[in-house]
Amino acid sequence: MKSNRREFLKLAAVSAMGVGAARLGFLGDAPAFAGPLPTAADFEKGFKAKHWGMAVFSAKFTPELIEKCRTACHTEHNVPDIPGKKQIKWFWGASYHEAFPTEQGQFLSEDVEHREFPLLCNHCEQPMCVRVCPTQATFQRPDGIVMMDFHRCIGCRYCMAGCPFGARSFNFQDPRPFIHNFNPHYPTRMRGVVEKCDFCAERLAIGKLPVCVEAAGGALVFGDLGDENSDIRKVLREHFAIRRKPDAGTSPSVYYIL
Amino acid sequence: MLEKALKGSPRYWGTLIGLGLLMLLGMGFWLYQLVHGLVITGMSRDVSWGFYIAQFTYLVGVAASAVMLVLPYYFHHYKQFAKMIILGEFLAIAAVSMCMGFIVVDLGQPQRMLNVMINATPHSMLFWDMCVLMGYLFLNILVGWTSLQAFKNDMAPPHWCKVLAIVSVIWAFSIHTVTAFLIAGLPGRHYFLTAVMAARFLASAFCAGPAILLLLTLLVRKLTGFDPGDKALKRLAVIITYAMCVNVFLYLCELFTAFYSNMPGHIAPIRFLFSGLDGHYELVPFMWTAVVLGLGCLVILIPTSIREKTPALVLGLIMLVISTWIDKGLALMIGGFTPNPFETVTSYLPTVPELMVSVMIFALGGIILTVLWKIAIEVRVEVEGGNLSMVPPPAESE
Repeated sequence: MKSNRREFLKLAAVSAMGVGAARLGFLGDAPAFAGPLPTAADFEKGFKAKHWGMAVFSAKFTPELIEKCRTACHTEHNVPDIPGKKQIKWFWGASYHEAFPTEQGQFLSEDVEHREFPLLCNHCEQPMCVRVCPTQATFQRPDGIVMMDFHRCIGCRYCMAGCPFGARSFNFQDPRPFIHNFNPHYPTRMRGVVEKCDFCAERLAIGKLPVCVEAAGGALVFGDLGDENSDIRKVLREHFAIRRKPDAGTSPSVYYIL
Repeated sequence: MLEKALKGSPRYWGTLIGLGLLMLLGMGFWLYQLVHGLVITGMSRDVSWGFYIAQFTYLVGVAASAVMLVLPYYFHHYKQFAKMIILGEFLAIAAVSMCMGFIVVDLGQPQRMLNVMINATPHSMLFWDMCVLMGYLFLNILVGWTSLQAFKNDMAPPHWCKVLAIVSVIWAFSIHTVTAFLIAGLPGRHYFLTAVMAARFLASAFCAGPAILLLLTLLVRKLTGFDPGDKALKRLAVIITYAMCVNVFLYLCELFTAFYSNMPGHIAPIRFLFSGLDGHYELVPFMWTAVVLGLGCLVILIPTSIREKTPALVLGLIMLVISTWIDKGLALMIGGFTPNPFETVTSYLPTVPELMVSVMIFALGGIILTVLWKIAIEVRVEVEGGNLSMVPPPAESE
């Protein structure tokens, strides 16, 4: 079984070189980057964790840095650029009041008041979206990542009603015409399905950090919350951090250091 | 008995053709939606359920109207409802069909809807909602059709039919409860997150459903001479009045909890609905209309002297239906999603294509209802030989 998979991945790698050579112009603009597909050797380097989590050094985030992370994430995952209230958001920025509405902050420090906070799916320990999904298209992996199966989703949008963080987007229309930098390494979606940040599960599988973490240059710390010696646990031991809407009871895995 | 649907007056065929044309018109818009996706609706990232799901939750209530007849008839042997029961059961069939229609048009990928069965997920309320809706549809078709057949053959309905009728009473409570649970357990949706949601669903269903049934029955009585009996109509009006009082009371309970507790999250959607929030006043006129009509209908329906006059009763019932429709068929969904998870307001109003797709489903429901009621009434006429007042002697009733 294992060798079969290895053979398959080798084949996939060979065919990817072919794909990389032929520019996929028919799928929109020329691909932003089209390196070879990951090989079996890459998958052996995959990261593993008991429970993935993220710490956000919010003070380090400027609107420019958020935009840099957002662009990196949205390009990597072929997130369409749709204007207006039907937009798709995996990684975005918001004010303190939008990010932490239940904190009801008054007389905030100037600095926090005007800070922009990066938002993404919280990959909750008790994800409401998973509980309500009628087809298990949204499911939680043993390592805590809340995943979306775009091919099983029926588009009922119950998960959007369930998520207290507004972290999910729905493809009200065909997203493909709105993808400007097509990345052939990640699937595009079809209309009528929900999508969201998946903590770059596809990158963790080949031993790479999430793309926003790479782009943030130290402002985002990603790691295993289940390992007390991990970097993220060290950061959380040393700094006071809050989570969004703790009263919703979903127990987010994204921590904000103010 | 199906052949009874094939012969009818020009008025019957006219109704069917009219509804059919409306359905075709709506179907055009549905095709447009199938090609372009739900982008044609007014829904958004923040208000992700809109008019379709709101109609579904409202019609679940209409489906329950039969219970208010079946329960007194089977549990308390209130025989006056004998003639109306079949109308209630057939109305339930039409209403549940419309409910299912609204769910299907609301799906982003309707061709995948069987995934709900293939990947049955007991921790999702939507799975249970599918189960109870299908079950209720099945029960009503079976009980309604079998008892009508028995009546036609001048026989007592089989025993199992009676058992299923009793099951259907309990089942009807489940369709509201599960539909309410669909939204009542969501953290971060303050307007939905209330323990009385299921009770509110039941109360509004037990007034709005029978009110529509009573209005339709009065219309049919005028058009065909089918008379379900004055006593039955009066009794149903009393039931509706009680249910509306409970409905208003439960809404006041919500207002008390929100405002006395002074919890910002619970106040915000109510403030949005009744006085507007962040410069968004879309629903304010609707909500105040609902308040005026809701209280106004109680003024008409509570005093027996006014309620028993047919024109006043009709006016009161129409006011009640509009009021409960605004509350449940419009405000419940929009209020639930406003303010959004960021406590800001994203406006939502249904678009014309969205309304036209809804017209398609309402027309479909109308066709189902017209055909089924035609059959039921024809059978009555045939058996009773034009004598349409076969009400059991008073001694037997109550």
